[in-house]
Amino acid sequence: MNKANGKVIKYGDNVDTDVIIPARYLNSSDPKELATHCMEDLDSNFLNRMHPGDIMVAKKNFGCGSSREHAPIAIKACGISCVIAETFARIFYRNAVNIGLPIIECPEAVEGIDDGDEVEVDFDSGIITNKTKGTSFKGQPFPEFMQKIIACEGLVNYINAK
Amino acid sequence: MGMTMTQKILAAHAGLDSVVAGQLIMADLDLVLGNDITSPVAIHEMDKMNVEGVFNKDKIALVPDHFVPNKDIKSAEHCKCVREFARKNEITNYFEVGQMGIEHALLPERGLTVAGDVIIGADSHTCTYGAVGAFSTGVGSTDMAAGMATGKAWFKVPSAIKFVLKNKPAKWVSGKDIILHIIGMIGVDGALYKSMEFTGDGIKYLSMDDRFTIANMAIEAGGKNGIFPVDDICLEYIKDHSDRKPVVYSADEDAEYDSVIEIDLSTLEPTVAFPHLPENTKTISEIKEDVFIDQVVIGSCTNGRMDDLRVAAGILKGKKVADGIRLIVIPGTQKIYLEAMEEGLLRTFIEAGGVVSTPTCGPCLGGYMGVLAENEKCVSTTNRNFIGRMGHISSEIYLASPAVAAASAIKGKIASPEEV
Repeated sequence: MNKANGKVIKYGDNVDTDVIIPARYLNSSDPKELATHCMEDLDSNFLNRMHPGDIMVAKKNFGCGSSREHAPIAIKACGISCVIAETFARIFYRNAVNIGLPIIECPEAVEGIDDGDEVEVDFDSGIITNKTKGTSFKGQPFPEFMQKIIACEGLVNYINAK
Repeated sequence: MGMTMTQKILAAHAGLDSVVAGQLIMADLDLVLGNDITSPVAIHEMDKMNVEGVFNKDKIALVPDHFVPNKDIKSAEHCKCVREFARKNEITNYFEVGQMGIEHALLPERGLTVAGDVIIGADSHTCTYGAVGAFSTGVGSTDMAAGMATGKAWFKVPSAIKFVLKNKPAKWVSGKDIILHIIGMIGVDGALYKSMEFTGDGIKYLSMDDRFTIANMAIEAGGKNGIFPVDDICLEYIKDHSDRKPVVYSADEDAEYDSVIEIDLSTLEPTVAFPHLPENTKTISEIKEDVFIDQVVIGSCTNGRMDDLRVAAGILKGKKVADGIRLIVIPGTQKIYLEAMEEGLLRTFIEAGGVVSTPTCGPCLGGYMGVLAENEKCVSTTNRNFIGRMGHISSEIYLASPAVAAASAIKGKIASPEEV
């Protein structure tokens, strides 16, 4: 999958992993079950309004707080194809790379994208296109090392391939 | 070019003479940690790897602490998964109920974290061990799995912010007030991807428990790690708790920092973080309105150590919690529990009208043992006050020191220890 294409669901600053997947559901580690509670404490309508392939956009420090990998797992399992943010909290960033959830840092794109816009992300070039507004942005490319992990679709396959 | 303390530890563990900020390295690990929430995911990921068991059964610590003693059947299954993995792989440092404690209180106490170590843990508060001069940082479960399998982890070498702590802290100012002050100043992403290196003559006035609290909350400023220089107080602590030999690193004179922030500890006040971010801080004298509360929690990986319990008990001794206030005290480990019992602190808490729990992370993350109902308010010595963190999404958490928490329990509203 070299491209993501979908409608945008947009959030603000400091979306923490407690609202992405509340701890009361962490007695499960089943991705499908986690997905049914994704974003519940921030946006109780999220699962009703999202469609598989949609793109999540957020402002700064997305995924801050707890290191729970259940957070990117829940986002990926409910069908979000990519997360674009101004910045990511570092543990979330690692976790997303490690489980193969595509993420991109691009403050300009976040500024230029509204909730509901149609957006395409080309992971090879890092180009983010807002099809609704006819604008495009260049996202921060991954370092080569991380590109290899992503190309293997996660750290487990990367280690197995070595 | 000189290196920071963190960079020196990372360089040594990557087999390099020097590293620079931004460089990607593969580092050898001295310890890999997981708990009952993160380990099952890691164990499942490790099953998919083509590896024969763990890299070193002595360098893995598995600490069920979040939902134990098991809070429900699903949690029990998670704990069982961790227990069976530990048995199968003959993990030396698996801590069953009865020996366990809150992971970040337990591991230093057991001597598993010493100066110069590189430690990863599938828990964001793994940064706590910077207090003993180790590089330690939180990761997710897949990183934990890779760490258990290979004994290595990849890191981007961080740049650093230097915090120069000066002078003796003012009365009632603890490690918690210092770190809340810092987070209030730089924000919850103020140290994103960076090391927070603490230095200065004020450090000699900080107990190890204060330092654990400060390093513990580096993550709440977005930091990759928080780290303290290894002084005599630290070396004494390591000697008392570990058979392992510490390796002492210190920052080069010409180390580069993104910024240097000086803090005069003598000017600080008890500080409270208001909902719903740890950066929403107010000093106790800035709080003019009455904030009435329903519950007080004293405990967690941030503030469940002896210093914390002693300060709280000192304030609560001979007094009663206000009518309708639920005071929950959670010693961080079994050893702390016993010491607190022998010193009479537990009696003080119970006579004041509080309850004392076995070590658990429970209420901090809204798991169990103190979940909040709609619109309830809690003063807590824990580390996060995000929406819904301790229960209902309309509940509110006010982060504070054990002294402020104890005083607030007596007054039934946020209060200064000076008022009781």
